[in-house]
Amino acid sequence: MLSLFSFGQSFAHGVHPPHHKEQTEDLPIQRVPFVSRYVMPLGQHIGVPAQAVVAVGDSVYRGQLIAKPNGFISTALHSPVSGKVVDIGMHRYVDGSFKAAIEIAADPYSTQQFIDPVTAYGEANRLAAEQMTREQFIDAVQMSGIVGMGGAAFPSHVKYSIPDEQEITDLLVNGAECEPFLTNDHRLMVERPEAVIRGCEILRQQLGAQRVAIGVEENKPESIAQLRQYINPEMPIDVVPLEVKYPQGAEKMLIKSIYNKDLPAGQLPRDIGIAVNNVGTIVALADYFDQGMPLIERIVTLSGPGVEQPANLVVPIGTPIRDVLDFAGGLKKHTREVIMGGPMMGMPIADLDAPVLKGTSGILAFTHKETARPPEYPCIRCARCLEACPYFLNPSRLALLGKARLFDDMQEKYQVMDCVECGACTYACPSNIPIVQLIRTAKDNLRNKKPAKV
Amino acid sequence: MKNKDPKLLVQSAPLLRQNLTTPAAMKEVWIAILPATAAALWYFGLGALLILLTAITGAVLTEWLFTPKDKRRFAISDTSAGLTGLLLGLTLPPGLPLWMAFLGGIVSIGLGKVIWGGLGSNLFNPALLGRAFLLGTFPIAMTTWGAAGGPGDFFQVHSSVFAIPFMQGGVDAVSSATPLGLMKFQHQATALWSLFTGNTAGSIGETSGLLLLLGGMYLLLRRSIDWRIPVAIFVTAGLFSLIVFLTADQPVSSPLTTLFSGGLLLGAFFMATDPVTSPLTPRGCWIFGAGVGFLVVLIRLYGGLPEGVLYAVLLMNAATPLIDRYTQPAIFGRKH
Repeated sequence: MLSLFSFGQSFAHGVHPPHHKEQTEDLPIQRVPFVSRYVMPLGQHIGVPAQAVVAVGDSVYRGQLIAKPNGFISTALHSPVSGKVVDIGMHRYVDGSFKAAIEIAADPYSTQQFIDPVTAYGEANRLAAEQMTREQFIDAVQMSGIVGMGGAAFPSHVKYSIPDEQEITDLLVNGAECEPFLTNDHRLMVERPEAVIRGCEILRQQLGAQRVAIGVEENKPESIAQLRQYINPEMPIDVVPLEVKYPQGAEKMLIKSIYNKDLPAGQLPRDIGIAVNNVGTIVALADYFDQGMPLIERIVTLSGPGVEQPANLVVPIGTPIRDVLDFAGGLKKHTREVIMGGPMMGMPIADLDAPVLKGTSGILAFTHKETARPPEYPCIRCARCLEACPYFLNPSRLALLGKARLFDDMQEKYQVMDCVECGACTYACPSNIPIVQLIRTAKDNLRNKKPAKV
Repeated sequence: MKNKDPKLLVQSAPLLRQNLTTPAAMKEVWIAILPATAAALWYFGLGALLILLTAITGAVLTEWLFTPKDKRRFAISDTSAGLTGLLLGLTLPPGLPLWMAFLGGIVSIGLGKVIWGGLGSNLFNPALLGRAFLLGTFPIAMTTWGAAGGPGDFFQVHSSVFAIPFMQGGVDAVSSATPLGLMKFQHQATALWSLFTGNTAGSIGETSGLLLLLGGMYLLLRRSIDWRIPVAIFVTAGLFSLIVFLTADQPVSSPLTTLFSGGLLLGAFFMATDPVTSPLTPRGCWIFGAGVGFLVVLIRLYGGLPEGVLYAVLLMNAATPLIDRYTQPAIFGRKH
């Protein structure tokens, strides 16, 4: 859609890739059947990997704690199925590396029905969300294993730990879903609007925020209508239609679009009184506090030109990607690449036997047509990357310096570390220069030079 | 170990690309310059066609010769060398000996592009650099203008066109003065309508204001060029010449004549907007365009030459790296 005809709020710059959501936007969420084997990597969130609390041979029930947080920036892991721990060791991760993981064989005779562990297994009773103090709430979120569901998988309780001197006035819920192809957040808002609103209320109360804004891109009118229908007029919740533009869902862009505020570089949203959460995270909170269900499954969009039957699926975390693909008819013959997440910022999948993670918003398959690249031409300084960059960086210059490996210049003169790697520049480049890849290389080099900051 | 999924790539995001490629962007310029080229053939006949083809040949041949063997087909296929040749040809007078046009093509690519490191690395507009070379080397041939003819005269070619290389060719008898020359040296104005249709003396491709405007509009609508540059040029040149027009005590060009005469339209839409040699930043484009517009009028009014587009653009090309450095946009969240 042209920005000329948009009535939604927005930020400056950005790109307009075709959104390709037609394939799955009207498909109801389906549940993937349980398979025989699950792999739960201990480090599938940002921060310190969790620490296993089960041993090989242990029987586990669905939703049981299998690994506890190891420090503050770390979160818990729960078993996605009832079954038996068969291995704790190194398993193939999505990027092809090996990571410590717990492998669980599902009990073929179990119904796999989820029952609140408090009633079923006599776990310690939880207070209702409304009665918890801030500390109790943060501990509970950490033990629920909930992380940012947009893809970053940053432990949510860390976000909610607001220093005493700071005050949160606004809760911003990210339902923009600006990545093409993905419709998992959209289906969630359409099918479970009451859970979205319940989660908003829980979090708003706990953070002491006065208002809630749910930002949704205009290409999801059904989501907007559903949410508005379920919002009680007394609730301070607003649904804000946003222009369809990439990267509308990037935290700082979203804050700009909704509040027209520039979040200063190096600051967090909470520094200006805003807490930003993905709708998926919000629903996970509602499910945990109301039903006792920790983060053991999530909604995954299965789409792209290489998939036989596109679908929106509830997938237990830890399910091998190959099994999810098989459920939807497998891959088409000419599939060349499978990625996790959206096509703009997703991660290429190196091994289809790697598991679905907490941060897996989509599994997309692409054919030769999308993965073939024209030859790379020299930069002709057309400035399309400058007009694409939502951060107002100079990607043309950065790519040139990156090729010369002048990493220090990239930071000192052109602030390469401010780049969020959204890839808009690379999308816009007519010369097919791998700009964002050069930037990633530079950032890695610069980070490894300096002592890591926590 | 056997690879289980042998056909799968691991290519990092973003996977999507917009459709435009650099050769396709070049094609847009070819399309946009076509109407003005057609007008050139209409008014100046076969001679113009030969000059254009010779300039293109010189440019493409040089690109081919100086490109490493394995990259030759690739370098020629982006059509940028041919485009440079065509743009150079359009700035040449219709009676120019062919061998000079050929030499111009060689210099455009050789000294204007290859020596800097090829496509994207040059500081100056290659076509204009070639023209500057010819103007400095063959000042008489480069300022002898044949009058515009009609389609009936298509096969009438100025004899000077076939002059033997490096011999002093006789100056053609049917030369006439350009509108800018008439104004500067004889204080004679040319009818605006003639400037608009192109029925005047001048460089092959600069005479038809209407068709150049058409091509420029196409590029603007297709977003192939930065709109700020031509707009800044027109506004600055128009305002500057208006001030002079209203205050001068001797006859000078009206603002409209300033815009439609000489190489201003060709320069504003096709030369100054060359992305390689114009600034990257939006603010830089405004400064660059304003500089070109100001210099054009300054040279036309107070310089020794009747026309100033060539040097105005080349001077601003030289200033481009500096402009870029001082107009870096403020990074998001760092505007203090």
